[in-house]
Amino acid sequence: MTRQKRSRSRLKRAVAPYLYLSPSLVIIGLLMLLPMVTVIGYSFQNSAVLRRDPSFAGLKHYQAIFADPVFWASLGHTLYFTCMSVVFHMTIGMIFALMLNSDRINPILRNILRVLYILPWLFTAVIIAVIWRLLLEPNGVVNSVLIQLGIIGSKIEWFSSPETALHAVTFANIWAGYPLFMVSLLAGLQGIPKDFYEAADIDGAKAYQKLIFITIPQLMPIIISISLLDFIWTMQVFPLIWITTGGGPIYSTEVLSTYTYKLAFSSYNLSQASASAVVILLISLGLTLFYIRYQKAR
Amino acid sequence: MRKRNTPKDRLITVALHVALAAGLFFAAFPIYWMLTSSFKSNTEIFALPPTILPKAFTLEAYAAILGDPVKLRFFFNSYFVAFAVTVLTVLIALLAAYGFSRFNFRGKGSLNTLIISTQTIPPITLLIPFFGLVVSYRIFDTYIALIVTYLVFTLPYAILLMTGYLNTLPRDLDEAVAVDGGTSWTALWRVIVPISLPGIVATSVYTFLLCWNEFLFALTLTKSTSMRTVPIGIQLLMGQHAFEWNQMMAMSVLGSLPLLLIYLLAQRFFLAGMTAGSVK
Repeated sequence: MTRQKRSRSRLKRAVAPYLYLSPSLVIIGLLMLLPMVTVIGYSFQNSAVLRRDPSFAGLKHYQAIFADPVFWASLGHTLYFTCMSVVFHMTIGMIFALMLNSDRINPILRNILRVLYILPWLFTAVIIAVIWRLLLEPNGVVNSVLIQLGIIGSKIEWFSSPETALHAVTFANIWAGYPLFMVSLLAGLQGIPKDFYEAADIDGAKAYQKLIFITIPQLMPIIISISLLDFIWTMQVFPLIWITTGGGPIYSTEVLSTYTYKLAFSSYNLSQASASAVVILLISLGLTLFYIRYQKAR
Repeated sequence: MRKRNTPKDRLITVALHVALAAGLFFAAFPIYWMLTSSFKSNTEIFALPPTILPKAFTLEAYAAILGDPVKLRFFFNSYFVAFAVTVLTVLIALLAAYGFSRFNFRGKGSLNTLIISTQTIPPITLLIPFFGLVVSYRIFDTYIALIVTYLVFTLPYAILLMTGYLNTLPRDLDEAVAVDGGTSWTALWRVIVPISLPGIVATSVYTFLLCWNEFLFALTLTKSTSMRTVPIGIQLLMGQHAFEWNQMMAMSVLGSLPLLLIYLLAQRFFLAGMTAGSVK
């Protein structure tokens, strides 16, 4: 190769990665980063989107949101819904993973159960919502079984009474989401070296001691990163709540996403909705930074 | 070593199997109920006491769904949009992943962080500016609006998934192409793509599922019944015939078929995609 040719191929080599990445970067830049800037802009305008020449509003829309008791109620419901979901996803996922990993069950049975235990994960949020609406209908199967067993005296309107609605949607979401933990923890369990347990056996460790001193510490990185992701994603849940309760009755299941959606597309107050969307974005970004720092530290 | 076959040990094994059965009931009963309800008549669904198996097995709910062109259109729309987005996403993500996997360049680390962090951007935050864009470009209520917006959400995952896969492939092969005087472009198509099929399949599966499940943007960026996708169709069905639960369940079963089929036929690829965002 001549020197000229070699330097040309080196130049190609230097430019090539940017060319390969350019379609993705253009799409992410134009359709993700730019809209994020746009929505922040909207939140400082009057009649954003609806008018061609919106006037500057300052912090008015943020003040309006922070003065709205429904916003604070939505934030509270979001926190309850998210924290309960993540804690139970983790607990159920852990219990199922440990059970399926036990050498006391037949390998064929184990494989069948693994497939069946993952099932809730395969269904889209809308379908999960419809299934739980059928199960929890006042005349539905859950009520009739509970009445037969004498656990409840009369039919409960799970999704349409303010006392139970939030618990009911949270329960449906817990059911829908544990398999992510289960699958990840099962993979993690299989990665723990067998010698750890053999050494513990020689020292005469009990089963619970092995769980606390070997299994859980070994799984900790998975538990933390999945919990963070689950937290971020659960906080953003929309369709499940939209289809089961629509945020009602009387705002009792209103979460930040349904609150924002209604502001934007029921009241057409897109400026205030943008302010609320920015608040959600900031919370998510904060958690994301935390997640990325954790991943890098690993 | 654990002592086997002591009474205590047997008791633990029995207790474990009881717990497994309870877990199975928790996981599978709602789905079982959806499936059997779709084969029941509407009156039987609410029969007292509830019937575990359909007493009068009927396909009337499926006939009602499959005989209605409006509902078939929902399915067509969902498949069409999901296929289109999957093809575009896999192509674009493959190029980006190749760049990430085979080159060192300035800004690589920060671009990678950027792509990881875009996974957590709340859809509701992008919804309002997208609505503004879609209206001003006059693509409201079109396939283009859905395809373009879905692409933004599928791309980051697809890039991470493909990069992870390409990183597992040995570099000797594409270096051999370079020694023979080929460019990185020929190496990509002649060498990398043929041996990346498992990664491409996993990425396609995951992308397809993300699109198939999408609700918020389909709800907001389309309006006419002929543009609606399956999730919105189910919601519409619930509004129109609030008491025809058997039809809603039949529609849900039909709407879950792609996921169930992919899961049963290609479990490995499915799980690879579903855990991609988290394990990395």
